[in-house]
Amino acid sequence: MAQVLVVTSGKGGVGKTTTTAALGAALAREGQRVAVVDFDVGLRNLDLVMGSERRVVYDLIHVVQGAAKLSQALIRDKRIETLYLLAASQTRDKDSLSDDGVERVIDELRPSFDWVICDSPAGIERGALLAMRHADFAVVVANPEVSSVRDSDRVIGLLDSITDKAKHGEPMDKYLLLTRYDPIRVGRGEMLCVDDVLDILCIPLLGIIPESKDVLQASNVGTPVTLNNPKSAPARAYSDAARRLRGELVPLAVPTDYTLLGKLFGRRAA
Amino acid sequence: MPTERPSTSFKFRGGSFHALVLKPETPLSTWLADVDALLARSPGFFAKKSVVIDISDLSLTNQSFLDLLEELSTREIRILGVEGPNSSDFDGRIPILARSQTSKDDSTESAGYAASTPSPASSLIIEAPVRSGQSVVCPDGDVTIVASVASGAEIVAAGSVHIYGTLRGRVLAGAYGNQRARIFCRRLEAELIAIDGHYIAAEEIETHFRQAPIRAWLDGDALKITTMA
Repeated sequence: MAQVLVVTSGKGGVGKTTTTAALGAALAREGQRVAVVDFDVGLRNLDLVMGSERRVVYDLIHVVQGAAKLSQALIRDKRIETLYLLAASQTRDKDSLSDDGVERVIDELRPSFDWVICDSPAGIERGALLAMRHADFAVVVANPEVSSVRDSDRVIGLLDSITDKAKHGEPMDKYLLLTRYDPIRVGRGEMLCVDDVLDILCIPLLGIIPESKDVLQASNVGTPVTLNNPKSAPARAYSDAARRLRGELVPLAVPTDYTLLGKLFGRRAA
Repeated sequence: MPTERPSTSFKFRGGSFHALVLKPETPLSTWLADVDALLARSPGFFAKKSVVIDISDLSLTNQSFLDLLEELSTREIRILGVEGPNSSDFDGRIPILARSQTSKDDSTESAGYAASTPSPASSLIIEAPVRSGQSVVCPDGDVTIVASVASGAEIVAAGSVHIYGTLRGRVLAGAYGNQRARIFCRRLEAELIAIDGHYIAAEEIETHFRQAPIRAWLDGDALKITTMA
């Protein structure tokens, strides 16, 4: 039975889709059965980052509206056979998603997978609310800057109030993934440090992903960063986060490509 | 006995209290059925509201009055006081209220049958962080937050506000007219604080109060801040 997690942030451009693809690929590489679901109807991106954009026939909307079966819409990854994508529709909008339909799709995915990862659209409107509503827990993605952190705080409030779990009075687990973290800029005081962000958000830390050119490069070639260059700093950080999701105790550090100077700053920041 | 009209019944603190006045009509059974119909349509209609019952048009014995209270209590309607009783037989279980005619003397102690304490103000304690976009409203009493208040969050209280964490959002204390309300917080990074409508925005807060433990109070029309050890 799958664990359903939503990758959410409030703010756009902080790395939700990158994170969904990277965590999904990292989990699947370890033999876990993973479905990544794009909820950004109208502005789909996950298919591009996964490199499956040319194989999309049916999408989430088709399944929600009963026009296609789930098995027809799930796209198996070419690199890892336990990794599947359910793409969003680019020609429709978020009003095409019905609450009942989304719940049905999630319930149908649960028995076949170990992990269902819902890639939330930015914002706090319908699409974002539907992406989080049926999740078991949440990965909140934030950058170390004030507007991102405040938006994440807003989203945490929503996770605590509008999700199915919250409505049943159960606690909704939330984990922070701090992305685009630049130890040198933190050292110079140009970015919030880890403690500042944790002090504001008060949720457990799942991982710290360093700022890196590898992320953009992986996106451009349509490969999750954890597969494109597994030795790179962001790939290692995502892989560590994925292992933590599975319950492993992995010491928390900022993997870095920088030499001694970066390590010094990294240590001071953490 | 003549009608009881206490001369100065209330001790007002900076304003009047809002209460819903219910005026039952005879026959009471029909009226109660109407109340039930209302509650069926909107179950939360009386929830958390203070209600005053006006029985000036009824002639009730003590027992029938107690029966009526019992009926209302089973419907979870909380009666704050009774207005216009035409008999002195009531046993004083519910304070008798009189509409204030002229006197609003703050210093006058309440007397006679008057409500010396209008039901204890209900305060609110919150032990989780108040997140951006959330609003905590307490129209009755004080608010205590045993966590931080995020940027973009808002606390509105009739009384004082105590925050045992960092205040990054906005706090409106004494928001319903209470100059004696105060604000306490362990670390001030607020967007805005206000007492009884007198506010200071972040820009006007002196820098040495930033990130310090502070208390704020109203001195005339001026909102004052001081650090606490």
